[in-house]
Amino acid sequence: MTVAMAARRTTGRTARLSRRARASALRGTAYLACVAGGAVMLLPFLWMLRSSVMDPAQIFAYPPPWIPHPLRLRNYGDAFSAVPSLRYLLNTLTILVPVVAGTVVTSACAAFAFARLRWPGRDWIFALLMTTLILPSVVILIPTYLFWARAHLVNTFVPLILPAWFGGGIFNIFLLRQFFRTIPRELDEAAYIDGASPLDVFWFVVVPVSRPALITVAIFSALAVWNDFLGPLIYLNDPNKFTLALGLTFFTGEYTSQWQLLMAAAMMVIAPAAVFFFAAQRYFVQGITLSGIKG
Amino acid sequence: MRRYEAAWAWFFAAPAVLGFVLFAIGPIAASLVLSFTDWPIISAPSWVGAGNYIRLFTRDPLFWQSLKVTAIYAATSVPLGLAVAFGFAVLLNQHLRGLGVFRTAFYLPSIFPVVASSVVFLWFFNPEFGLLNAGLRAAHLPPSQWVYSSATALPSLILMSLWSIGGTMVIFLAGLQDVPPHLYEAVDIDGGATRHKALHVTIPMVTPIILFNLVLSLIHALQAFTQAYVMTQGGPNNATLFYVFYLYRTAFADGQMGYAAAMAWILFVLIVALTALIFRSSRRWVYYEGER
Repeated sequence: MTVAMAARRTTGRTARLSRRARASALRGTAYLACVAGGAVMLLPFLWMLRSSVMDPAQIFAYPPPWIPHPLRLRNYGDAFSAVPSLRYLLNTLTILVPVVAGTVVTSACAAFAFARLRWPGRDWIFALLMTTLILPSVVILIPTYLFWARAHLVNTFVPLILPAWFGGGIFNIFLLRQFFRTIPRELDEAAYIDGASPLDVFWFVVVPVSRPALITVAIFSALAVWNDFLGPLIYLNDPNKFTLALGLTFFTGEYTSQWQLLMAAAMMVIAPAAVFFFAAQRYFVQGITLSGIKG
Repeated sequence: MRRYEAAWAWFFAAPAVLGFVLFAIGPIAASLVLSFTDWPIISAPSWVGAGNYIRLFTRDPLFWQSLKVTAIYAATSVPLGLAVAFGFAVLLNQHLRGLGVFRTAFYLPSIFPVVASSVVFLWFFNPEFGLLNAGLRAAHLPPSQWVYSSATALPSLILMSLWSIGGTMVIFLAGLQDVPPHLYEAVDIDGGATRHKALHVTIPMVTPIILFNLVLSLIHALQAFTQAYVMTQGGPNNATLFYVFYLYRTAFADGQMGYAAAMAWILFVLIVALTALIFRSSRRWVYYEGER
């Protein structure tokens, strides 16, 4: 072995070593950034959680303590019974269940037509529907409101439910169309040869293999109803018809500065959204294919 | 067979197509007609021609204020949000251990109801007992009035918008994971460093995703409403008078439906124009694989 070769080998090794050192330094920095970012993102909500179980004396103490002592769980009961929360919850679910059903059924149907059937005008009708992706919902707000007012359906749940049965939003149609397109065509063709109708193919071929995508759409539409504020604000004026989101602002107005109660109430509106998310998380990964956004 | 398939297709697509007519095209057209009328909700509408538009542009300082507030909000919160979301997505793409926990932490706040987050941030921003000012005091920095002063209210809401970037981040992450690994290997073979990978592979490959996120977050930001309704009622001194909040107040507190419809149409035209502009410019900065 010549000196030159040995020297080359050593520099090679140090280069490799320093590259490894740099890689692990990079990993360390990435970790730190993740921890810091995660902490910052959760901070306001940890602050909420901590405040929701404190007594007023502690809430207004300085410097602010992080650990509640004593643990005052009855804030939750107090906040819950201060307003007709059970009514709000029932109202929210009365809207949520039919909206989710309508969204899943009609968006899956539309996606099936756009992804699996061949018909004249298909692509340009889909393109036309896609333009509503950039349609600001406030443009349609006023005429839609006046329409429902004319029909004497303001202050009912109908304006909040019925539109979901008409396609369920272009984003969901788009998402499902992308998913349906990944299903091998041979499955459809085999069924058609056996004399199946498109309805059979939809129900017995496409729907069963698309469960993760359908569940994803269901979860997102449930979250959208749970979180919706402007809709209920405009259409529901009778406090007995309030949803939870609307009830929370009503509560905020009544109990200003009782922060322990406000935080408990906020927590009760936030927690189910988080539970939804955790329950559904494993479907998201399988259900969302975004490769269609490009090109 | 063709005819039969088309008939079935229309059967399946009918609700969506009908919805498009009933809840998109129809109301847009109706909104345009309404915008040329004076319609106090309690009485009948009367035709005023371009009157609403003339009044908006020449005699309504609040209209200009709301436009300004919304423009500032969108112009700052959108690029800021995109940058943070992209940064988080890059972090999550590093194959670190405990990834799921971090992904959840970054994403979770964005699915919380804005009403509830607004109440939480009101407390977070509280000048006397809030966490932010407690932190500032502990660091011997001057505390801020946050949403309670006209100078800091809008910046506070822009800051708050960073907690809802989760959706944008997830879309970026999906885009990053779609970048074919052989492109990075090519950079390695050519002796390139990490920054070369970022500059010549990652960023060009995700430009379509940037375009998608840019358009959607812009439209979203231009329609900000709930924060203003819950936290500031457009104040103090109209510092957070978001366009849609002003529109809502015009329509549902003052009952001026025609005037509000004119406002809605102006926003619609603005959004269409901005989107068209972005798409036009995108030919210069968006890279589509497989084109050329």
